[in-house]
Amino acid sequence: MLSIDRSIIDAIVAHARRDHPDEACGVVAGPVGGDTPTRHIPMENAARSMTFYEFDSMEQLRVWREMDDRDEEPVVIYHSHTATEAYPSRTDISFAGEPGAHYLLVSTREPDTEEIRSFRIVDGVVAEEPVEIVDAAVDPNAVQSYMFGQSPATVDYECSGR
Amino acid sequence: MAIEVRIPTILRSYTGGAKVVEGSGDTLADLLTDLDSRHAGLRGRLVTDAGALHRFVNVYVNDEDVRFLGALDAKLNDGDSVTILPAVAGGAFGFAAAAAIASHAVSARATAAAR
Repeated sequence: MLSIDRSIIDAIVAHARRDHPDEACGVVAGPVGGDTPTRHIPMENAARSMTFYEFDSMEQLRVWREMDDRDEEPVVIYHSHTATEAYPSRTDISFAGEPGAHYLLVSTREPDTEEIRSFRIVDGVVAEEPVEIVDAAVDPNAVQSYMFGQSPATVDYECSGR
Repeated sequence: MAIEVRIPTILRSYTGGAKVVEGSGDTLADLLTDLDSRHAGLRGRLVTDAGALHRFVNVYVNDEDVRFLGALDAKLNDGDSVTILPAVAGGAFGFAAAAAIASHAVSARATAAAR
C-alpha cells in the first residue's frame, strides 16, 4: 500500500493539471527504508509530449545525488496520462528501473476528476496497490494552541509538552 | 588505476549488494568489460546485443551524460567517477514508437550540444 499525505497528492495533481495535455512527471523522496514519501520534487518532462515522458538526464543526476546526500530514496515516481487511464503502459513497464518505488499514475483525461492509482513494477510484473491518502498529521499540541484562540493558520509549538 | 562506479539499486544483485565498486579502463567500453569480469552479467544490463548503450540506463562520467561524450567510446581517466542510474521514462504511447522518438530526441540534443 502507498500511504501519502494529501498535500503531496494535491501538489502532484496540480502539476499534472498545469502541464496537461503534456504528460507531467516527478518524484517524491523519503528517508531510506521508511517507505514514506515526504519531499515532492516536480521534474521537467524533457520529451514535452502528450504521450511520453522522460526525466532530463542532468536534472535526474542532480536530484538523485541530492537524495543520496540527504539519505533519501525515490519512494514515489509519478507521471500523468492525459488521454488514457492511469494504468502502466508497456513503455512504463519496460523502463521501470526502481524496484523499491511506488509508481503513481494520475490520469487527467477527465477535466473535473482525477484517477490516481499506484503500482509496484518489478522485473516487468505490475501489481496494483491501494493508495491511502492521509490528511496531515495534526500535532495534538498544535490543536491545543488553536483551542487557546490562536489563528488557525498559526501553529504554536511553544505549547509542546504542556 | 581506479575508477569509482556507483551502482543503482536495481543492478546491485550483480555487485553483491555493493553501492560503489571500482574498475579500470581507458574508455567506458573497457571499464564495463573490466567490471563484467568480476560482476558477471552487469555489462549485459547496460549494453545491447548490438553493442550500444541501453536506452533504459543513464551513465555519467563525473557530471556529464556519456551520450554527449561519445557513449561507450567516452574516454576515462584515473580518478574519474562513473554513475549509473536507471533512466526514468515512459508514457501512454506504445514502446516502439516511444523508443524511436526518444532516441531521436537524444541524438537531436547531442547534435545541439556539439554545436
